Amino acid sequence: MSSVDSTGAEKPRHKASRAPRTPMSERPAKERARDFGEVGMGYTQEEAIAEANRCLQCRNATCIEGCPVNIDIKSFIGHIIDGEWSQGVAVLKERNALPAVCGRVCPQEEQCEIACVLSKKGEPVAIGRLERYLGDYDLACEIDHRCVPEVADPSGRRCAVVGSGPAGLACAGELARLGHAVTIFESLHAPGGVLTYGIPEFRLPMQIVETEIEMLTQMGVEIITDTVVGATVTLEELRTTEGFDAVFIGNGAGLPVFMGIPGENLNGVYSANEFLTRVNLMGAYDFPKADTPVWRGRKVAVVGGGNVAMDAARTALRLGAEEVFLAYRRTQDEMPARREEVHHAQQEGVEFKMLCSPVEIVGSDGFVTGFTATRMELGEPDASGRRAPVCVMDSEFTIECDTVIMAVGTRANPLLSNAAPDLELTSRGYIVADETGATNLEGIYAGGDIVTGAATVILAMGAGKRAAQAMDGWLKDLS
Amino acid sequence: MFRIVHKRQLSDAVFEMGVEAPRIAEKARAGQFLMLRIAEGGERIPLTFSDWSAQDGWVRFIFMRVGKTTHELAHLEVGDSLLDVVGPLGVPTHVDGLGRVAVIGGGVGAAVAYPVARAMAAAGSEVTVILGARNADLLILEDEFRALDGVDVVVATDDGSAGEKALVTAPLGRMAGEGTIDNAMAIGPAIMMKFCAQTAREHGVPCVVSLNPIMVDGTGMCGACRVTVDGETKFGCVDGPDFDGWKVDFEELMSRQRIYVDDERLADAEYSRECSCHL
Repeated sequence: MSSVDSTGAEKPRHKASRAPRTPMSERPAKERARDFGEVGMGYTQEEAIAEANRCLQCRNATCIEGCPVNIDIKSFIGHIIDGEWSQGVAVLKERNALPAVCGRVCPQEEQCEIACVLSKKGEPVAIGRLERYLGDYDLACEIDHRCVPEVADPSGRRCAVVGSGPAGLACAGELARLGHAVTIFESLHAPGGVLTYGIPEFRLPMQIVETEIEMLTQMGVEIITDTVVGATVTLEELRTTEGFDAVFIGNGAGLPVFMGIPGENLNGVYSANEFLTRVNLMGAYDFPKADTPVWRGRKVAVVGGGNVAMDAARTALRLGAEEVFLAYRRTQDEMPARREEVHHAQQEGVEFKMLCSPVEIVGSDGFVTGFTATRMELGEPDASGRRAPVCVMDSEFTIECDTVIMAVGTRANPLLSNAAPDLELTSRGYIVADETGATNLEGIYAGGDIVTGAATVILAMGAGKRAAQAMDGWLKDLS
Repeated sequence: MFRIVHKRQLSDAVFEMGVEAPRIAEKARAGQFLMLRIAEGGERIPLTFSDWSAQDGWVRFIFMRVGKTTHELAHLEVGDSLLDVVGPLGVPTHVDGLGRVAVIGGGVGAAVAYPVARAMAAAGSEVTVILGARNADLLILEDEFRALDGVDVVVATDDGSAGEKALVTAPLGRMAGEGTIDNAMAIGPAIMMKFCAQTAREHGVPCVVSLNPIMVDGTGMCGACRVTVDGETKFGCVDGPDFDGWKVDFEELMSRQRIYVDDERLADAEYSRECSCHL
């Protein structure tokens, strides 16, 4: 890389390596499918440097445009090439409060990596793995040596953030950086939102989430758990009696959707939310040491084809199921899950039953014994651009199982909005907000799944961050 | 942390407990509930408010010692703390314009019936409370109910050791049959609520029930508390806990309440063993 370092000496010009993309080692499928330890091991220092060296350091780095929070990817990879780990971390944290989280769960293959010039020629730089490498480097440092973004002088303004999931955390981090006093209100007993209750340990260790959240508290962000905005305190009270100048709502789309078919309330039918919450948040994998139980099926069916369906299926395997299969109404090509997750699930032994849609869950004595499904075929493309599944007449068949996990989506939780009648909502209960996150109420912003419907961690973080910048502008205009 | 500021034993296995929770106390309404978690690793359990004071900043609930969590809870004393208390959750009980109303509190259900009857009476209804229990020892809050203005109290026990020897459905059926009530609300074990709703329905009297399904988060996030009402799936935590008793599928509710009985037995046995080790 051609640049001048702090001593004034010119560094040698970067010459990209032509080596193939550096693989990341993973624990063997057989071993990892029976415990909750992490699947991907992360790069070693040598691997990180080797992969970073593949980066062309393009003059016009298109990858940055591909990132929803516009991380200066070229620069942090440049620091890895030069072995400047802390500087690399600082670049990441300028834009992203949770690099170790995003390095693991972002769909880089459809964001920054697809925008990488090398992706056109075959294999893009493994930007996600490099981000994870630096994120983990930072977390491994003693707490005093971790990179904490610089915080501007106190503005004297107070901001409330509703929800401590990806949107709320990103918003809080940015507001704090801009010098505002921030309080996050979380309804559960632990912060993190979907990062904590939803994404399993083997994909995102709880310790990583906790430590990255800790950085926000080091920046002065206060987190109050056990507080349901809409019940314990209303949106209006946050502005009035609680005295916050601005509020960001990032409470997610947390209400599980069921299919509305007969038998869904039999014992052994779970929403993916409940199943994952019991295991991840409540620690049911450790029952009876932890007090919350979970029904441990021998033969588990998961309905759906997204990342949550993969998480539920792989969690069921780890709880000791003999057989886990996925029922999806389209084919593997249309699955919204990340290819990597699909691959991992298959490696671990999750069976895929494609073009299969349950029509009735059957049981005896109140417990699930199986379900009846109909065969599907793909018709014309629908609104999502994917070919729509169509029922094949008289194709019903029965599958035996003792657990059914519904991972067919979530919708907006009305708890907050019911107590805020003036807040403008869509017909489906999502909050109406413009591209800056501004709602119809002055000083109230919103972002993440509660605006867009269920999406990804990084899109929610992007929305939280953009809203924080808009809030900052609005607060400045106040004074 | 939520400090315990009150504890009273109401019968062999039933306790009343109060915790400091000013924000919750300010918002609590009759029929709503809280979720609590005693300590790290503990489960989240829903308990309906039995009383609260916005002025003094506390909320109270009544529980029966039945499983590990309630055993642990019963061991705590004033001055100890609960790690997590969340609320108020659920839709408040509808208390206005009910005319002559019978409020049935069976067993620990009397705890929930207390603020409900109080609120209904305060809203101008003529309230008759029917308190039921297996025997006189298990009867709770009778004096507190009798001290309420505008509330009559009828007691029924299975063995006749207090009040009349009958199930709560006997006085309810009588009142409904005589046409002395316009509305009913039943709070207690699922089986009792089922028969109360049935009895009321026979006489054309609307009967609201306060359901107690299993919950995890209590805020609509998990759907563990699904109940079928009028053929439609509802979430006990955010759509309820009160529903039209005529339309509730009680068989399903009772079946769903039993899903973890084996696990609960195991947890309780482990806990008892652990307790005896520490003696």
